[in-house]
Amino acid sequence: MKRLITAALAATMLTTPALAAEVKIGFVTTLSTGAAIIGNDMKAAAELAVEHMGGKMGDLDVNLIFADDGFKPETGKQATDKLVQQDNVDFVTGYIWSHILLASRKSVLDAGKFLISANAGPSQVAGPLCHKNFFSTSWQNDSTTMAVGEVLNQKGVKSIYIMAPNYAAGKDMVAGVERTFKGTILGKDMTKWGADAQLDFSAELAKAKASGAEALFVFYPGAAAGAFIKQYHQAGLKDVLPLYSAFTVDALSLPKLQAANFESVLGSVFTQEWDPSLDNPANKKFVADFKAKHGTYPSFYAAQSYDAMFLIKSAVEAVNGDLTNMDGMRDAMRAVKYDSVRGPYTYGVNHMPIENFYEREVVADADGVWTTRVVSTVYTNHVDPYATECNME
Amino acid sequence: MDYGLLFIQTLNGLQLGLLLFLVASGLTLVFGILDFVNLAHGSLYMLGAFICASLTYLTGNFLIAVVLALPATGALGYLLERFLVRSLYTRDHLDHVLATFGLILVLDTLTHLIWGPAGIAIPLPDWLDGQVEVLSGVVVPTFRLLIIAVGLATAAGLFWLVNYTRLGMLIRAGASNRTMVAALGIDIQTLFALVFALGAMLAGLAGMLVAPITEASIGMGNNIIITAFVVIIVGGIGSMKGAFVGALLIGLIDTLGRSFIDDLFKLFVESNTAETAGPAVSGMLIYILMAAILAVRPQGLFPPKVR
Amino acid sequence: MIGFGKSSWVTLAIMAILLVLPMVFYWNGNTFYLSLATRLTILAIAAVSLNLVLGYGGLISFGHAAYIGFGAYAVGIPTYHVFYGGAEGIATTNGLFQFGVAVGISALFALITGAISLRTKGVYFIMITMAFAQMAYYMFLSIEEYGGDDGLVIEVRSKLPLVDLDNPMELFVLSYVSLVVAMLMVRTIIHSRFGMVLQGAKGNNERMVTLGYNSYLYRLVAFTISGAMCGFAGALMGNFSSFISPEMMAWSRSGELMFMVILGGTATTLGPVLGSAVFIVVEEFMSSYTVYWHLPFGLMLIGIVLFVRGGLMGLLVGKGR
Repeated sequence: MKRLITAALAATMLTTPALAAEVKIGFVTTLSTGAAIIGNDMKAAAELAVEHMGGKMGDLDVNLIFADDGFKPETGKQATDKLVQQDNVDFVTGYIWSHILLASRKSVLDAGKFLISANAGPSQVAGPLCHKNFFSTSWQNDSTTMAVGEVLNQKGVKSIYIMAPNYAAGKDMVAGVERTFKGTILGKDMTKWGADAQLDFSAELAKAKASGAEALFVFYPGAAAGAFIKQYHQAGLKDVLPLYSAFTVDALSLPKLQAANFESVLGSVFTQEWDPSLDNPANKKFVADFKAKHGTYPSFYAAQSYDAMFLIKSAVEAVNGDLTNMDGMRDAMRAVKYDSVRGPYTYGVNHMPIENFYEREVVADADGVWTTRVVSTVYTNHVDPYATECNME
Repeated sequence: MDYGLLFIQTLNGLQLGLLLFLVASGLTLVFGILDFVNLAHGSLYMLGAFICASLTYLTGNFLIAVVLALPATGALGYLLERFLVRSLYTRDHLDHVLATFGLILVLDTLTHLIWGPAGIAIPLPDWLDGQVEVLSGVVVPTFRLLIIAVGLATAAGLFWLVNYTRLGMLIRAGASNRTMVAALGIDIQTLFALVFALGAMLAGLAGMLVAPITEASIGMGNNIIITAFVVIIVGGIGSMKGAFVGALLIGLIDTLGRSFIDDLFKLFVESNTAETAGPAVSGMLIYILMAAILAVRPQGLFPPKVR
Repeated sequence: MIGFGKSSWVTLAIMAILLVLPMVFYWNGNTFYLSLATRLTILAIAAVSLNLVLGYGGLISFGHAAYIGFGAYAVGIPTYHVFYGGAEGIATTNGLFQFGVAVGISALFALITGAISLRTKGVYFIMITMAFAQMAYYMFLSIEEYGGDDGLVIEVRSKLPLVDLDNPMELFVLSYVSLVVAMLMVRTIIHSRFGMVLQGAKGNNERMVTLGYNSYLYRLVAFTISGAMCGFAGALMGNFSSFISPEMMAWSRSGELMFMVILGGTATTLGPVLGSAVFIVVEEFMSSYTVYWHLPFGLMLIGIVLFVRGGLMGLLVGKGR
């Protein structure tokens, strides 16, 4: 691989002028299959960010190239290879899915490029596989669900049942809640994920109910969220088995749930590092302009993508557009010199954000549109549990 | 053993089995009579769901939407037969597979373009949205009971159609000897078009019934089509009885497998391994069943008598 | 039969283009097209192996992607143990061992599943081969240690004598040479007495049986050879992509292999190669323009079935099926 990359670099030196007048950013996300609903939201946010920058990072023009991962690790890796080899991008960002990030990371990092995850935060890249050129504008997977575990403890819940998809992030999310929840876990189902994911949860819901647990914890991102909440609603579990979730109720599922009037979601509890109601100037501008342009609330995926673009901008500007100055750009990103929409945060040793996590609930806004708001702060400046396993050279 | 849970899971398995039957019955009709391998049968299932979803929002009532969406899906099937499928009857199975795979790509992308990638949630009328206590302490969603009822009614209707009507007689005759039916002066083209449209309607109905549970989503047909093929192979191609038995068998095995296999595994291996290996192994079960049945009966359980 | 007809010249010309064009791109600094050509060449080996049973034997296998998976995991699993410990017996980066295991396991799987599948006919055969491949797919899905659904990153490529697989040009040349060898092997097989029986059984099985040939045994041997060749392609694929996931074994991938063969033209030497080339290049070209590329791609597939008899070879050489 190393030699391939050197060859690629040598080759591009011959064909492109030494100092480019643009910064090339590859953005890998899901633009086909049902999960494209997430990818399109991220794309919209990244484009809004470029618009807010006036199309420039310092003196350089922004050239943003989107690539579809097809919701498959192999396709995602191919798309990443193409961005690195063919388009010779300076940064690669995006990545909704942990398994796709894990499959693709080597292609970017071995080529000596920066990899900025705008969503996926698998435990591996926070721990043993941490890398100096990897940054995250989201979270390490376990953190959000560790906050769910804390909330469960606060509410005095003694036993839970767990359901999550069987892939890298699903396992991390479950590990997170298991790490902090002090009661007993009466059962756990890991369901098939991917393009042919399982969407009928009748068997699992029946088991959850029969287990006699006091609450149900789930992690079902993207299109599966709607299906899950609907079946939870139809099974009449709202009062029997209260719902605690992570990354399931969001700005992407709420409009659909509201259109179909699934009120079961209104009482459920979930946690996140960001919320559209967070009170800071960057967030207000982002949420207002996103709503004005697209008519819906941005999702957390969108917020993190927006941040990723501004993180890159801060790096490019810190070195005055000298994209060969990797050390300078890295130092700038480490220092978090931009206004994140989540408010101020810092980077840990593994380049994962040290940030707050909030308990949130669903409310109707002034126009009667379902959205979320912050109930309380669960964690202040939370450090993920894998930071200690990171040994960055 | 928790008998309440076993009962619920059996109902869930029955429900899945009947949905599978709706898809597989159309597939086996088209396959058995038209000798046409239709990989795109699942796309009709998906289109049924999306058309029904749009009509639900348009009319404000799910049931009215189903009544309107059924003939719409049938018409779609008719048009497909008229403009594409008909010219493929004289070709071999490989050509069918290739062309209908192309058709899947086309229909999936068109659906993405028309309805967007998000999928559509379908609201149910209040009386269907609740739960029923079927035994003391055993509560099931009402809508799932409706699926079971509709599935059984459709199965009964199909048996009546195939066994006691003139159309059914022609269908049975066509399945065993196509040239003979044509020689008797039957308009074979219209018969084929009708059968194809009927198959489309059945697949569409399954899609409409599942959509309020899982949403109408792109690619939903590709998940069920392979299972439906397994059903008709297990049952014997062209056999309505085989499709019914096969569908119920596979629905029950899949659901009960998902539900109980990790408990079974926990007897032998550590609990974490069981929880993650369980779903994958239960996914394998139906293929193991199919291979085992074919190894013993290479023509499936109920091969049509004359082929 | 071996004489130099029009189709032989077309074959030589296209094989020459397939060799030279990627090199030209590479020396002009475009590595991406070399990797595209490498992927295409490896899939072409798989398609050639499938053509042996599908084209010449009339045995429509809908499960050949499983062998690609076996081959790639035969590279990935020993390498995984080198890096993360465990299973000392198989932990190695030795390419000869890995390729040997790839071919051996694939042949064994083909032999066992073939022995059962070949009892069935027609569509039943299509579906039972698919069922066995799905079992393999779910098996790898369930093995947590090797990543399950998430797949396995192959940390280093196989260590082989003479060639360095980390060099993209050497990897391409090895794949290309393997492809040529595979094509020659299939050509030799079908022109042998063995191949005649295989093709005879495709046309009229009863006659071959009456003539005293045990066609079941001939078919089983062909199926096993085909599986072994496809497993070899899988080992190359593992080295090429440095990543393997069960998704590469799913039924849709087996379908794609079938389409490559049919697209190019079944029962021809060049057909499968041409089919994979067109499939991969068109896919790449269309998908770089729009995320809705499946629409024109699907229309193209339908158009080819409707209007081009005998696949692209039929179009080029003008010979019906």
